Amino acid sequence: MRILGIETSCDETAAAVVADAHEVLSSVVSSQVDLHARYGGVVPEVASRAHVELLTPVVAQALVEAGLDDGHVDAVGATVGPGLIGALLVGVSAAKALALVWDVPFVAVNHLEAHLYAAFLEEPELDLPVVVLLVSGGHTMLVLMEGHGRYRMLGSTLDDAAGEAFDKVARYLGLGYPGGPAIDAEAMGGDPTAIAFPRAMMAEGYDFSFSGLKTSVVNHVRRNPQVSTADVSASFQQAVVDVLVTKARRAAAEHGAKGLVLAGGVAANSQLRESVLDACMADGLHPMLPSRSMCTDNAAMVAAAAWWRLKQDGPSPLDTGANASLRLPVM
Amino acid sequence: MLILGIDTATAQVSCAVGGHEGVLASTHSIRARQHAETLAPSIAFTCQQARIELAEVSVVAVDLGPGLFTGLRVGVASAKAMAHALRVPMIGVTSLDLLAFAVRFTPRLIGAVVDARRGEVFHAFYRQVPGGIQRVSGPAVGPPDDVASEVLAGGEDCLLVGDGALRHREVFDGLHQVEIADAELAYPSASSLVMLAHARALREQWVKPWEIEPLYLRKPDAEIGWTTREQP
Repeated sequence: MRILGIETSCDETAAAVVADAHEVLSSVVSSQVDLHARYGGVVPEVASRAHVELLTPVVAQALVEAGLDDGHVDAVGATVGPGLIGALLVGVSAAKALALVWDVPFVAVNHLEAHLYAAFLEEPELDLPVVVLLVSGGHTMLVLMEGHGRYRMLGSTLDDAAGEAFDKVARYLGLGYPGGPAIDAEAMGGDPTAIAFPRAMMAEGYDFSFSGLKTSVVNHVRRNPQVSTADVSASFQQAVVDVLVTKARRAAAEHGAKGLVLAGGVAANSQLRESVLDACMADGLHPMLPSRSMCTDNAAMVAAAAWWRLKQDGPSPLDTGANASLRLPVM
Repeated sequence: MLILGIDTATAQVSCAVGGHEGVLASTHSIRARQHAETLAPSIAFTCQQARIELAEVSVVAVDLGPGLFTGLRVGVASAKAMAHALRVPMIGVTSLDLLAFAVRFTPRLIGAVVDARRGEVFHAFYRQVPGGIQRVSGPAVGPPDDVASEVLAGGEDCLLVGDGALRHREVFDGLHQVEIADAELAYPSASSLVMLAHARALREQWVKPWEIEPLYLRKPDAEIGWTTREQP
């Protein structure tokens, strides 16, 4: 079964064709990063306008690359939330229109669930249960995945998402936007032990808090204007990674997880990937680190999640809308 | 030649199917509010009532706006996707043209006025010509006073049509040469869209799906802020 996936929840316009939830026939991502860079963050109206302009050519390219330019897919899945409402509506509307014309099922996909399924794209036989560390610009959560569609929310951020903290710190340090890759690169030349930034709530529970860390970086730079940006970046990044990995390890141990899965845009961070690999090695966990292109927003993961949802729940109705604050369906 | 018309530029969601026989079926709802939820089922229902298959559609027409951005994009994104999947061309018509076309039988000057929120309106002026209408000014965005000034300057009788004229009725109340069209004509209709698009389709005045762009007439707020900041 070949599914066309569509993703427009934030600032990537993406379409992909995936066969049976694991064979990626095509995956096209058109990033709007350049459009938003000068504002230092994603501007919803700018993003929505770009999606309208880009979606038709992106879908066309995904179909052609998959060898399906006659449009013979078996279902169309689209992200319906969470995300920017105006941006989501472009993808949802187009997906339903395509499903209507081709007379195939439309499948509403939860963006968070799609991120979890990025792992199955590259490893369909992944052994469950696994602990998923989902870290992006909009989300930071620890999820226990016990089976397909069966999730337990272990913890999430109480304030800023990890990616948001990267963006804000990068903006403050003048490293540009998006902050993740900028800090990652800057940190390469710095000492991660140079400054002891706080690790909030390291010992308690599975929730996260990053706003205090951000403030602490700002205060440190204010008090020490001559400090090396590389050291600040490396130390900040190390603090974030320490908290994320410590909690993920504890969660995996407590719930008897067989593996640890990284998901979301921040999963592209090289320090985080390295630390997760080390932790898995030490704890005897199976590490599942999707390739960078599958960690950041893409439509292949949407098509993969749509395949599982279609199998489990059947098609979604044509009067489905978008939901900006959609949550992961937890048990 | 069958035309599918889609219009979500204002508070109304509307779609229609027709061709040389006129409009075969149409639906419209101003209580919808949630355009994305309403549109796809409306299209399926309208085609069913017109007893046509979507595959028979040879042109997809869409209201390009101006109007309410989020709703407008639902229609434009749907129409583009449909035309792409059907491999047929598209015809875009502005919401202001559609409003004026619906009242084309008046010899008066026609002012199409769409509510732009924030105390502003999108507007354009038209005149009756054989077989339709011709735009004489606009489209533009500004306070309703701009429309009143233009009517006064013209010094002739004028019919205003659109939800913007109704919403800012008090601005035009004192002008004796102005009449405002009823609420039933206040939203652009997909039926007018199909009629206008059919006339253009006969002359093959169509474009490819990826060439269709919404007519916003207003920059995103962030962009406005940025340009102001750049000018010292």
